Amino acid sequence: MSSSLTFAYYPGCSGQGTSIEYDKSTRAVCKALGIELVDIPDWSCCGSSPAHTVDHILSAALSARNILQAEDMDVQGIITPCPSCLTNLKVASHRMRDEQFKEKVDDLLNEPCRNDLPIMSVLQVIYEKLGPKALAAKVTNPLKGLKLAPYYGCIMNRPPEVMDFDDCENPVAMDHLMEAVGAEVMPFPLKVECCGASFGVARNDVVTKLSGKLLDVAADCGAAAMVTACPLCQMNLDMRQDQINRANKSSHKMAVFYYTQLIGKALGLSDASLMLDKLCVDPGHLFREIETARTADAV
Amino acid sequence: MKIGVFVCHCGSNIAGTVNVGSVAEEALKLPSVAFASDTMYACSEPGQDAIIEAIKEHRLDGVVVASCSPRMHEPTFRKTVERAGLNRYMFEMANIREHVSWIGKDKDANTRKAVDLVAMAVAKLTQDRELTPKTFDINKRVLVIGGGVAGIQAALDCADGGLEVVLVEKTSSIGGKMSKLDKTFPTVDCSSCILGPKMVDVAQHPNITLYASSEVADVKGYVGNFNVSINRKATYVDWAACTGCGLCMEKCPSKKSRDVFNEEIGTTTAINIPFPQAIPKKASIDPEFCLKLTKGKCGVCEKVCPTNAIRFEQKQETAEEAVGAIITATGYDLFDYTRYEEYGGGRYADVITSLQYERLLSASGPTGGHIKRPSDGKEPKDVVFIQCVGSRDKSVDRPYCSGFCCMYTAKQAILTKDHLPESQSYVFYMDIRAPGKLYDEFTRRAMEEYGTKYIRGRVAMVYPKGDKYIVRGADTLMGAQVEVEADLVVLAVGAEAAKGAPQLAEKLRISYDAYGFYMESHPKLRPVETNTAGVFLAGSCQGPKDIPTSVGQGSAAAAKVLALFSKDQLESDPQVSVVDIKRCVGCGKCIQTCPFGAIEEMDFRGMPKANVIETICQGCGICTSTCPQGAIQLQHFTDNQILAEVNAICQQTPAQNLK
Repeated sequence: MSSSLTFAYYPGCSGQGTSIEYDKSTRAVCKALGIELVDIPDWSCCGSSPAHTVDHILSAALSARNILQAEDMDVQGIITPCPSCLTNLKVASHRMRDEQFKEKVDDLLNEPCRNDLPIMSVLQVIYEKLGPKALAAKVTNPLKGLKLAPYYGCIMNRPPEVMDFDDCENPVAMDHLMEAVGAEVMPFPLKVECCGASFGVARNDVVTKLSGKLLDVAADCGAAAMVTACPLCQMNLDMRQDQINRANKSSHKMAVFYYTQLIGKALGLSDASLMLDKLCVDPGHLFREIETARTADAV
Repeated sequence: MKIGVFVCHCGSNIAGTVNVGSVAEEALKLPSVAFASDTMYACSEPGQDAIIEAIKEHRLDGVVVASCSPRMHEPTFRKTVERAGLNRYMFEMANIREHVSWIGKDKDANTRKAVDLVAMAVAKLTQDRELTPKTFDINKRVLVIGGGVAGIQAALDCADGGLEVVLVEKTSSIGGKMSKLDKTFPTVDCSSCILGPKMVDVAQHPNITLYASSEVADVKGYVGNFNVSINRKATYVDWAACTGCGLCMEKCPSKKSRDVFNEEIGTTTAINIPFPQAIPKKASIDPEFCLKLTKGKCGVCEKVCPTNAIRFEQKQETAEEAVGAIITATGYDLFDYTRYEEYGGGRYADVITSLQYERLLSASGPTGGHIKRPSDGKEPKDVVFIQCVGSRDKSVDRPYCSGFCCMYTAKQAILTKDHLPESQSYVFYMDIRAPGKLYDEFTRRAMEEYGTKYIRGRVAMVYPKGDKYIVRGADTLMGAQVEVEADLVVLAVGAEAAKGAPQLAEKLRISYDAYGFYMESHPKLRPVETNTAGVFLAGSCQGPKDIPTSVGQGSAAAAKVLALFSKDQLESDPQVSVVDIKRCVGCGKCIQTCPFGAIEEMDFRGMPKANVIETICQGCGICTSTCPQGAIQLQHFTDNQILAEVNAICQQTPAQNLK
């Protein structure tokens, strides 16, 4: 194996568009942390939500194709930043442990899938393979005083028997990583509540209600910003924040980061490499406050 | 040898999938079988009479009954043949119910297998020898493990029956979970008022020796003659000198010690008497919090103690007791309320367990019986009770119903209204399970007279909002999601096996289930017996139970011990190992492998030989398979007897001819 932390990287479709800043910051952070990402050659869409609502075999085959593509790579496993892609990959792998199911999936592939590579989120790799301590040691610009509500979304840890990572009701991985980069993690209770997910298009009122509640409670907890690990959560909370404010007559101006952006910031990576300018709610003032406090401390 | 074979229909249990008539016909073709018939219920009175009649009429030497598992009815039929004048060991049972009729539907195949099993039993019976049990003296003292209400009842009943009782309690006072309760359902009478006098009776009974702060370390021996080692933990106080005046508690400067009795609602002093009615009312020191024992400085209690009872140098001691029977009443523990992360138990100060709430309600509790929130000491207005926390939930490996939570939740809702008339209680429940005398009426009272709002559904999550908590759940009757703002959330935690229950079971050589609850000998007919002779069960160690049932079982176990001790001698089981002195070469391998220490070396005309101590041998047979000479044989399961069975099944049998 080439290096101790080399993984086949599955960027996912949203990483090419709506959450390009998640993809870019993930790559930048992994590079800085010595985690080598090798893109799965010729990867394809995981099927997202539509595939598995129509056909489990087809849905599994879409993910299995990507797993197959990674099987000849010299890597320790497949990782992806997106919880939805992760769910599809892991559920496919989980279901293929059933021989009969796997046969049907293999029929749809060019060659049978070995299905023996571990599949993890980037978050799990940073948390378990590197760890908060090792991360803290690399921090150059601690995010001192930044009050964060950590929001994991509903599918990162669920169902627990498939996802097999952290607690499914009260996950703490991102909390510990954020503490490691110097931020202050608020006791945000709705860590795994649903944001409304893709209802943003079909039933906007559902998202304004559910995501609105997340913002309300985050603000009540004293958080100045939220930190997420999911492109859809981030989009609902950030891009739709104006819609939410309009619907609920609220006035949130809550920056919503990807956790990779904040780790990158603490590691001293450039704003450009983290694409902070892609966020809809401008987080600039938060970093200026940290900077001001740091200069004051220095004097 | 003339053998009689009786094939039981067991109603349709066996006859439904086994052709019992042809099993009897085939049996009659076996050599040595002089009589065979099928019978509707072999265990019934006419069934047994028919066996006796056949023995007499055909002058049978032995009987095979092909019916159910020997677990239940082997003793029955042994008595039957004995009544007909045969030795009780000239009887064999072929299990054609559990091993045949209940597990297969192919009648032909079942019938063939039944014939095989009968042939095996007949073959063994031809090799069986008459055995005669010996008798031995019994020690009419009883050990009761656990001083909760079940153990207290068992100890008092045994003691009143004239037996000497040794009562061992792990904590520093007897009383168990019941002593922590404020009131009891469905009468709402004061728990300590009804339990207290019983506890005092234990302390004052001349027949009861109480070991508090003690645990059973080891159990050796057998029914009638157990030897028990008891670890007496260091309490750092000489209990013979301590008068229980409580002066040490007033002066102890280490006031942040863990208050186990009050379920850690609040703290106590390092030296403490857990509660005012404690029995024995003696102080003990928690070494984790005592300044003298942790830092070497302090010793205030030593200075103020009027009887000089403090012993900082005290060490654990071991006591030995000889008893003839053991009643296990080790109770239960509560489900760990922090395991449901979505309820926030352990993270949110005002999400507490039902037993913690009980301590808040109790006049002798940390708040003097005033309901105050642990976080800010304010009186709650809206109290939400969540039922089935750690009950009926496969996802936390607790699929069973704890039985008493519905009732104590109703009681707590009623008491909440009594304490705080302005309050409103909500109960999230799955089903109301109240199948006891006056139980359902009681839960209805909580709803109808006390205005408790019962919401049928599970709670999805609890989270703080300001100084309140949002309890979100489903109302499955309305088909809607509901949110209740609560000041206090009480989790109705379920019961699980007491910590250390499996370890104690190993010492007692009794079985326990997957959850650590002890197994009774028969779920219906032997509820307080175990499969180890002389060891009995009472209360929640067998499975969650409320107070009336626990007390009932305490008395039941005591009755069993009194019946056992009504004889001066017991019969020993003759199914033990016997050494053929001519064959034994004195290698000692059997001595090494015997798990019970039942084999000793003896001198036989200057040569070492193995000798079995019959009363200790449990008849496991390990020695027989160890002996290189085949010199040690388990009676009723000798090599010849087992080989006869093997030969019977390996030979061309009538079963194969049936095809």
